[in-house]
Amino acid sequence: MPKDNALNTSADTQRAVEQFLYQQAEILDDRRWDDWLELFTADGKYWMPVDPEQVTGERVPNIFYEDVYLMDMRIRRVEHPYAHSQMAGHRTSHTVSNVIIQSEDEATGDVVCTSRFHMVEYRLDDQRYFGGKYTHTLKKTEGGYRIQLQRVDIANVEGPFDFVMQVWL
Amino acid sequence: MPKDQNLDIGSLVEPDRVHKACYADEEVFEQELKNIFHKSWIYIGHESQVPNPGDYWTTWVGKERMIICRAEDGQVHVLYNRCPHRGALICNNLHGNSGNKKSFRCPYHAWQFAMDGSLRNLPMKEGYDGIIDLKDPQLQMRPAERQANYRGFIFASLSEDGPDLETWLGGGKVAFDDICNRSPEGEAEIVANCFRIIQHSNWKIFLENQLDAVHPSITHHSTGDAAADMQKVYKDKTGEDAPMGYQFLADFTLPFEKWDSLSTIGHPYGHNVLAGYMGLRPRDPVTIAHEEALTAVHGEERMDEILSTNVHHVLVYPCLSVQPPLQQLRAVRPLAANKTLTEIWHFKLKGAPEGIYDRSLAYYYHVNAPSTMVNADDLNNFRACQDGLELDGGGDWVSLHRNVGQDPVVDGVTTSVTGMSEQPMRNMFAAWQEYMTGGE
Ligand code: FES
Ligand SMILES: [Fe+2]
Repeated sequence: MPKDNALNTSADTQRAVEQFLYQQAEILDDRRWDDWLELFTADGKYWMPVDPEQVTGERVPNIFYEDVYLMDMRIRRVEHPYAHSQMAGHRTSHTVSNVIIQSEDEATGDVVCTSRFHMVEYRLDDQRYFGGKYTHTLKKTEGGYRIQLQRVDIANVEGPFDFVMQVWL
Repeated sequence: MPKDQNLDIGSLVEPDRVHKACYADEEVFEQELKNIFHKSWIYIGHESQVPNPGDYWTTWVGKERMIICRAEDGQVHVLYNRCPHRGALICNNLHGNSGNKKSFRCPYHAWQFAMDGSLRNLPMKEGYDGIIDLKDPQLQMRPAERQANYRGFIFASLSEDGPDLETWLGGGKVAFDDICNRSPEGEAEIVANCFRIIQHSNWKIFLENQLDAVHPSITHHSTGDAAADMQKVYKDKTGEDAPMGYQFLADFTLPFEKWDSLSTIGHPYGHNVLAGYMGLRPRDPVTIAHEEALTAVHGEERMDEILSTNVHHVLVYPCLSVQPPLQQLRAVRPLAANKTLTEIWHFKLKGAPEGIYDRSLAYYYHVNAPSTMVNADDLNNFRACQDGLELDGGGDWVSLHRNVGQDPVVDGVTTSVTGMSEQPMRNMFAAWQEYMTGGE
């Protein structure tokens, strides 16, 4: 076990982090895009590597590697009246679990936590499933936690992918 | 014979229209595998994909499962992924290394093969004493009937005869020349990541879409608009120009007039080239450093010739869509009449400045990654086409009339009168017809 493990964090921290992760999943499933962008720090990133061993998203291929500007663009695309592949109705449902606080900075209250998720996606009479691991680097701010890095390692990272991923998992 | 007994293969393609059975009929599909995918040259992989002895990747030729691997003597081999004992797949992973012994080991009864496919060893050999010589060809893993390398790009053909690779590639060679020539060392190096995406549509729908200049501003309207919006937002918020990826995306909504001014070139065997389109020679420091690196090797005149090659897209029929100035390729693997796997790769240019790779990577991410905001709408259309073509009613033909009869042909090479001409589709179907009817 790492030294800064879940057993050393307070129940309050554990609860606050869990609530934050649940909220982030709800926001995605409700497609509350403005709230989604608000979850991130100004330098925040959403990252899905191509390999579970990958240590950086810079100058290497990634499945997702987006700053708040690219996320903003993705939102503008899915909300565009001519986003054909979104027209048939597109719904997702996330479940987040196994929330473990890997470390907590005593001075700042910043947290690194891991969790597991399941997501089903419905589109054009088809349902797809994704599952994987989140690793969140959360900054503690006056308004609560903000995401500096959301790393998403999906189980089926090598693909092949049936269709593409239009929104974040 | 198509499933519909009233049709014969030769009657499915007319100069300006094709029958829906070309896309939707499983019998026609089986014949395509035999007559096109097993007779032509199919791209297998790049030699830098297997840098070390023992390295292998698996892939497809038609529905045949193949291995590309490197032997101890440095030779690259293309083998059928099949154990000569009882037929098991030898390599069940997408890629890997065969280990210290540089031998493939069948997971079923542990027959072991050298990387050229020859049988090295097996347990309890005595059982074959006096029965069969273990050197018998039927006990070796079989190599592809033919294999050839063009500037590091490895192709295989499952047919003993037919034109050699270079003759067959013809005008399609520019795909690989343009990639390699842009490297000061004349070589490309693959980035060891393969994005694999399944399309619920016929393989030809994908190829036809690649040089379809009418579709981008319609299909990709949402993405082009969103990218152009963000270029403004980015500039307002940061005072700087948005990263080049946004421009790649905004370009998808170029007005019709721009596409109209380009042209496509149809070569024998169904290969097609889209000239023009991307001004990838701005006056930024990365381009200037690239020019200097090429000039140091070749002198200014040749450097200029290399970087002025303005080929945006090359279709190597039936297996590849290549974008040489951005060092990307998509290999087409037909799995069923209505199911196609694409294997998507990108390359570094040996000896070129790092910033040149950043362009390639940005395009790979925005256009080709599984999160692409571009191909989402393409794949949606492909599936819509396939579903429509599988209907019994509603009509039997697909129209390829745009500018038919207007594109000049010189020495078997067609240059379209406009970038929007359905020339590439007609050229591919002319080749299809040849392959499918044996040129009769
Ligand atoms: S099937 Fe391969 S060793 Fe028996
Ligand atoms: Fe497209």
